[in-house]
Amino acid sequence: MGKRLLLRGNEVIAEAAIRAGCQCYFAYPITPQAELLGYMALHMPRLGRTFVQAESEVAAISMVYGAAGAGVRTMTSSSSPGISLKQEGISYLAGSNLPAVIVNIVRGGPGLGNIAPSQCDYFQATKGGGHGDYHLIVLGPSTVPEAGKLTMLAFDLADQYRTPVMILADGLLGQMMEPVELPDPVDPATLPIKDWATTGAKNRTPNVVLSFDLDPDKLKQMNLDLQAKYRAITENEIRYEETDTEDAEIVIAAYGTIARICKSVVRTARAEGIKIGLFRPITLWPFPYDPLKALSERVHTVLSVEMSAGQMWEDVRLAVAERAETPFFGEMGGIVPTPRSILNEVKKHVR
Amino acid sequence: MSANLENMVKVFERPKSLTDAKFTYCPGCHHGIITRIIGNAMDELDIADRTVGIAPVGCSVFAYLWYKADCQQVAHGRASAVATGIKRARPNLIVFSYQGDGDFASIGTAESIHAANRGENITVIFVNNQIYGMTGGEMAPTTLIGQKTATTPEGRDASLFGYPIRFSEMIATLDAPAYVTRQALFDTKHIMETTRAVKKAFQYQVEGKGYSLVEILATCPTNWRMSPVQSNAHVAETVTKVFPLGDLIDRG
Repeated sequence: MGKRLLLRGNEVIAEAAIRAGCQCYFAYPITPQAELLGYMALHMPRLGRTFVQAESEVAAISMVYGAAGAGVRTMTSSSSPGISLKQEGISYLAGSNLPAVIVNIVRGGPGLGNIAPSQCDYFQATKGGGHGDYHLIVLGPSTVPEAGKLTMLAFDLADQYRTPVMILADGLLGQMMEPVELPDPVDPATLPIKDWATTGAKNRTPNVVLSFDLDPDKLKQMNLDLQAKYRAITENEIRYEETDTEDAEIVIAAYGTIARICKSVVRTARAEGIKIGLFRPITLWPFPYDPLKALSERVHTVLSVEMSAGQMWEDVRLAVAERAETPFFGEMGGIVPTPRSILNEVKKHVR
Repeated sequence: MSANLENMVKVFERPKSLTDAKFTYCPGCHHGIITRIIGNAMDELDIADRTVGIAPVGCSVFAYLWYKADCQQVAHGRASAVATGIKRARPNLIVFSYQGDGDFASIGTAESIHAANRGENITVIFVNNQIYGMTGGEMAPTTLIGQKTATTPEGRDASLFGYPIRFSEMIATLDAPAYVTRQALFDTKHIMETTRAVKKAFQYQVEGKGYSLVEILATCPTNWRMSPVQSNAHVAETVTKVFPLGDLIDRG
């Protein structure tokens, strides 16, 4: 482990990407993730690596496609409206089985929205966003140190499964400073060779990167292969955290920044004698349906708390079904629910 | 027969950098000639085993089938951005994009101009046949005034649809590009000139001179509703008046 650093979430994600061996970073400025570009603009060239400020989000994700296809670790980052523009390239990355990391520091929406923190892009991140039958692995950090850890994991998962991975954070996490310790840097030269990449067909048959087949039977097979990959990811990579759930009668389901706030709500409520716990999905796709289902058999209520109109709530209800009550509490427009408002909501459901 | 064949000198053959996969292009279309010219440049510079080609969306979507080189098939219009990503990731590769007029000069306008403006050390082959071939003959940004297409059935009216865009001239206003030229294929002389221009464009990239763009005026007999012979005459007599041939920039 390296020395302790005091950095913003955006800068920690950038530093973690560098330490993971990211060789090419392409992006377009947008608030509230601009510090990520600034950090990469300073540090990538010093390491002999590539930083390009692209002419658009569409171009940035297409540059990622090219670099990923050429077999290097590569990343782009943006915030909500910019991520909407990247959806074309994200679909192509998924269809072409290309590993890449995409960071979304979510802000209020829809449209131009605002620059305050929000979780209103959960549907877009976990249910598709672009065209076609595909999924991203979606990781939802709830603290700055975890943002660093999950960014490094994202590069490993992307390579392992040849799939794009999204870090779904929010403006609060991007802007907040916390002390972090990151693992030592990975030397890109020590990473496994990607024998499928377009590195020049010297002494081998040519490699082709594509997401295309006019023959319906062959395109069906491409899709079946993708679905098999998604099943493997679902079997192997589900991550979540349970806090104080052993004897809980009521559980809060929350991810990201708001999950951290809910953790302190759990502590406060426990001090008041309420048997409450927290269920925090870390992989938002694949969603931890089975662990939440198992938990829902032991509690009377699963309260979803989000900085949105209730998007992850749909997955919570799918997991819980009729086994427990599934109320929702949330805020929109970039408003972060306070611990007091969440505690008041909890108390409405205590039996 | 066989004894005689052994004594004969081969004066014409498929470039070694091309596969024997059949073209998917219509009869009389120039895409096949252009593919061959690129293969010839790869042969002469001996670069096929370090070249990555980019297949666009449009009639040349299958371009990855014809080169004995690595290829990436990419989203409509994004070829120059993808080329940027490949070249920045592995600067020793020779990277070329193959783009039609809709791809390069319409939906990919931003990517095309900014890759040129950054002086990316890539080669763009820009095939201008003034029409969208694959989707059924719609108007291109380069469609001539008065030209009938599926979406300008009464002919292109400048007051409604603007003018044929001289994209290479726009690129030529930039400081970064090393080589920008417009060529044609309507007769042997011009095929030879295009062959030289394409080789020069790749040569500049090999030498690290920067961005090179070869625009090639091509035919689309199917959607122009002309014979191949009429199509060649149309390029020679009419299209070249709107899109003059020759080098626009040569900073080699």
